[in-house]
Amino acid sequence: MKYTVNAKGYYGQFGGAFIPEMLYPNVEELRTKYLQIINDPEYQRDFHKLLKDYVGRPTPLYLAKRLSNIYNATIYLKREDLCHTGSHKINNTIGQILLAQRLGKQKIIAETGAGQHGVATATVCALMGMECVVYMGKVDMERQRPNVERMRILGATVIPALSGSMTLKDATNEAMRHWINNPTETHYIIGSVVGPHPYPDMVSKFQSIISEEIKKQLQEEIGNSFPDYVFACVGGGSNAAGAFYHFLDDEHVNLVAVEAAGKGLTSGESAATTALGKPGVLHGSKTILMQTDDGQVVEPHSISAGLDYPGIGPMHAHLFEGGRVKFISATDDESLKAGIELSRAEGIIPALESAHALAGLSQFKFEKDDVVVVNLSGRGDKDLETYIKWGKY
Amino acid sequence: MKNRIKTLLSNNKKGILSMYFTAGFPALKDTVTIAESLASAGADIIEIGIPYSDPVADGPTIQASNTVALKNGMRLSMLIEQVKQIRKTVDIPIILMGYINPVLQYGIEKFAKDAAEAGVDGVILPDMPMDEYLEHYKKLFDSLNLSNTFLISPTTSEERIRKIDQVTDGFIYAVSASSITGAKGKFEKQQLDYFDRIKNMKLRNPYLIGFGISNHDTFSMATKYGAGAIVGSAFVDLLKNSKDLKRDISAFVKSLKNGQSH
Ligand SMILES: Cc1ncc(COP(=O)(O)O)c(C=O)c1O
Repeated sequence: MKYTVNAKGYYGQFGGAFIPEMLYPNVEELRTKYLQIINDPEYQRDFHKLLKDYVGRPTPLYLAKRLSNIYNATIYLKREDLCHTGSHKINNTIGQILLAQRLGKQKIIAETGAGQHGVATATVCALMGMECVVYMGKVDMERQRPNVERMRILGATVIPALSGSMTLKDATNEAMRHWINNPTETHYIIGSVVGPHPYPDMVSKFQSIISEEIKKQLQEEIGNSFPDYVFACVGGGSNAAGAFYHFLDDEHVNLVAVEAAGKGLTSGESAATTALGKPGVLHGSKTILMQTDDGQVVEPHSISAGLDYPGIGPMHAHLFEGGRVKFISATDDESLKAGIELSRAEGIIPALESAHALAGLSQFKFEKDDVVVVNLSGRGDKDLETYIKWGKY
Repeated sequence: MKNRIKTLLSNNKKGILSMYFTAGFPALKDTVTIAESLASAGADIIEIGIPYSDPVADGPTIQASNTVALKNGMRLSMLIEQVKQIRKTVDIPIILMGYINPVLQYGIEKFAKDAAEAGVDGVILPDMPMDEYLEHYKKLFDSLNLSNTFLISPTTSEERIRKIDQVTDGFIYAVSASSITGAKGKFEKQQLDYFDRIKNMKLRNPYLIGFGISNHDTFSMATKYGAGAIVGSAFVDLLKNSKDLKRDISAFVKSLKNGQSH
């Protein structure tokens, strides 16, 4: 596979492990053991059993007829919103908690933006009886309040990140600091395909179940496992990595990543990393990130907490640079409208992150028989306050 | 030009005091005043932090100084100009310490050349991977007589410490605990065991102990083991509250070295 990670932990020029020495033993332990652990048949059996019985996989691939009519295409929704806890994030946390157990770790830390990864982490920690600390930007704690309480009900400690823009980037900084301070018994469950090698590869492997299922389901549904298009939103890029994974080498499948344009690409309040960023190092990997010419990371903005991040995973940086994936962006407003549109057309209220993927549809001109898969990464319950505040429905 | 760090460390010198502060903090131009005051107060090494928006290995004190410095308008190119000015009067070793991204944007090759030309003797980039350095930059650093310092911590394996020792030409930075930066009043027994362990490894390079050194007690304890110690957060705290930089720096350096109350 030409787009997977190489032996040194790089995707083309991107990736690597740019970490302070204090984290080296932890990351090195992961690097040397992760493949052996996750390829073990017993591990695979446990992983797939939990995905089936606990998460509720396979998630449906649903033919959205009324949405198809609006866009003059044949649109399928991959229903990750129906996963236990309401988003794709749990595919990864199940994978990592089983790994943490096999590494002999007792404590778990995580960062979260929208709170979906935090909830998914708190959930698997409750399931396995492990201690859980989640860092979340103070701003995100306010705009995703229900998820904060969900984590607390599940027994996790939620610690506000008070630096920078008090969003996902800052929560990630705090989680890394916590890991430096507690290196031996703690595993850090990173929530997206970001971070030092081997995280991006590991998380994309856990999420690749999404495209594995899409292929099978399309085969059953239309007698062909290849869609013409796959759309997914990109914060760090884990749901997109999962939805694209098994199509990467099939160049006839158009892969579309939708970033958050915030208030507009030129507004100064945006999170559209590939449009506004350039190569640099953030959170342990070389990737594309939004930064000043002095190398200071720019505070991003998006109405969607899960996309409010100034970087993308290194694999996506590589896919963008090589042109394999088309990167587009949708504004706050366009995404809110797309979220309401799906609610009215199909009776599904999407997460604001997923609403960005939907908002990408209007930027394409399809043929009626074009098979388009939109990865509906999460459900919108957590975003009701934001929808209500916006009010145009 | 001979590298000032190597000159200082030759002859088995002990009790070296290295002082860390963030460039452009508390005010933009204080970098020069602080460096000059440190040199005249008797500090042995000046370590200047390159401000960064996301300093993941730093605790609240140094994080806050980074934020203020950036608000003040500090940037890497300006710091290199300030070093040139410092070099007019100061002849002790100067080290630049920072995260890799601002250096990458400046261009690592250009950074190394400009820094060496300005009079910088060494660089510490905690998040630069060793392999990356060896593969791409060591030759250049060596040719410029710029020494690169790697960190080790209590969880660093003996094998890796040996490897770091092999590729280092200057000193090793021994982080005193598994932690981010921050001032602490004393050492725990397990930290002393770790210092002992490194001491007994008989490395070819001397090591300086940093993180958590804040007063005469911790300084003199650390220098029983290592060739010297690095004071960061406690110094940055002092700078934040100082009304008279020259006087306060002089008193602090003396108290660290001699134990007079300050
Ligand atoms: C529903 C949903 N979709 C997407 C994302 C963005 O993350 P990623 O780009 O890693 O899929 C999040 C993050 O919180 C999310 O909750």
